[in-house]
Amino acid sequence: MANGKQPSRWMIWLGLADNSFTRQKTVKFGDASAVNSGRGYGIISVLAFIILWWVATASGWINPIYWPALDAVFDRVGKLANEGFRNVALWDHIWISVYRVLSGVVYGAVIGIPLGFAMGLWSVAKGFFDPIVEFIRPIPPLALIPLIILWFGIDEFAKIFLLALASLFIMIIAARAGVSSVRVSKVHAAYSLGATKLQVLIRVVLPNALPEIFTGLRTAMGVCWGTVVAAELVAADRGIGSMIMIAKNFLNTDIVVIGIVIIGLIGFAIEILMRMLERKLIPWRGKG
Amino acid sequence: MKALSIKDVSMVFTVPGGDPVRALDHVSLDLQPGELMSVLGPSGCGKTTLLNIVAGFLSPTAGRVVLQDPEPDGAASVVTGPGADRGMIADTDASVVKGPGAERGMVFQQGALFEWLTVEKNVAFGPKMAGKPSSDIKATVEHLLETVGLQDFAKKPVYQLSGGMQQRVALARCLANDPEVILMDEPLGALDALTREKMQGLVLRLWDETRKTIILITHSVEEALFLGERLIVMAPRPGRIEREYRLPFAKRGLNESPRDIKASPDFIEKREEILSMIWEMEEEIMGRAEGVGHG
Repeated sequence: MANGKQPSRWMIWLGLADNSFTRQKTVKFGDASAVNSGRGYGIISVLAFIILWWVATASGWINPIYWPALDAVFDRVGKLANEGFRNVALWDHIWISVYRVLSGVVYGAVIGIPLGFAMGLWSVAKGFFDPIVEFIRPIPPLALIPLIILWFGIDEFAKIFLLALASLFIMIIAARAGVSSVRVSKVHAAYSLGATKLQVLIRVVLPNALPEIFTGLRTAMGVCWGTVVAAELVAADRGIGSMIMIAKNFLNTDIVVIGIVIIGLIGFAIEILMRMLERKLIPWRGKG
Repeated sequence: MKALSIKDVSMVFTVPGGDPVRALDHVSLDLQPGELMSVLGPSGCGKTTLLNIVAGFLSPTAGRVVLQDPEPDGAASVVTGPGADRGMIADTDASVVKGPGAERGMVFQQGALFEWLTVEKNVAFGPKMAGKPSSDIKATVEHLLETVGLQDFAKKPVYQLSGGMQQRVALARCLANDPEVILMDEPLGALDALTREKMQGLVLRLWDETRKTIILITHSVEEALFLGERLIVMAPRPGRIEREYRLPFAKRGLNESPRDIKASPDFIEKREEILSMIWEMEEEIMGRAEGVGHG
């Protein structure tokens, strides 16, 4: 029963009113699909935060050493974009961090995927590597930083080694899970169609594992992004993490805040990009 | 075309810490080329085990499965074809099944299609693995898709198809290899009743057109009666052949309406006979289970 007046398109888009389908449901509490987007409230919360920021800093409630003024941050973004930070362009700070993450994930994947496959397909590899994987898995990569500094110093290799290690175990576990998830009837079907072992590996096991591998890549990207920033906080002269650490030493709180926002935005962008790639490359995910 | 012989096959599963399970006990069967045999029985009667042994996925505890030319004097023949180099060995008089091979095609219940491939690439899988020239593959695939009525869906990913259409793909994929024997494990089991009836007609038509030897496992008494020229009823504990029927319905199904056949008195009579037979087996299992519980 429609209650006369229809809410406007805008109210529905803002999530302040139910759409025509949800309106007909009598049971809403407990039905997750009946929960509206609530976009309108999201806009309110963002605006409230910005206004609070502006009021608190412009009125002098907060010392700019603890939290910078809104207009100072905008000024500084312009300066950073034009002049860079400590003789390095802002883009280079961002790029070197992204580059470290990408290298780490690529090395981790190149070594981890075959290892995970071997562990999923061959009991010798499974038995041999399982204790190592299970032991190292719960160790946060950051706990390895002191050891890696001892071994390799603080140059580029040390950072990429750390990130490769962080993504290696994620990729091993993802590839192994992908192999283990192959439904045996698909393998049987392939053999009955005359496939050889190698053909089963390449034509059935591999494509079957791709969704899991991609999830692993996405997780590895996220973990490595967190790890690279932390590693740069400890020891680096370039990179977005080092930028905020150095800025802190000079009490440039505005740069610290800008750096934090950039870290958040790039982390978010990586996630979105990986999801788009996933939809493009593995449309069959979850459809088996 | 080759004849399939199941020779005195027994299968015992040993479970660690449990009693050995006699899944199959001295089962023997001979299939003539072009025969369509359905296998029926309560769960636990070993019908899927039997099919897996014929397919080569399981190695029997005793006995063997042989695929050979049906010459009257039993002239020796080595199985040729893609499966031959792998697992098929020349016995003294025949070829003993040792593992899966392309001469024994499988149709599974569901979820055995390759969801990362399109319809046509699923069907082309077997010939492609065998290294056939792509022009031959293309012609085979086109012909088969037309046969199963999916010519307009060639480029679609299989996961976009309905359950019934997916099973059509599975049938076409199996036929693309031109196998000697087709083994169907509950191929229509996951379909809704209406689609299932339609697909039964398709199975009959394909059998008629290709004259393949087919073993079809099903839970549905009606399906087993309608599709099986020959019907085996199996009994559990130990898994064995309980009864065998020769039935006219499959042949009649090629010309008559399936609904008429299924409504005819002789069909209904057989259906009730077999249903009560299976019912009794189930009762006996339940009774035995209760006895164990009280003992």
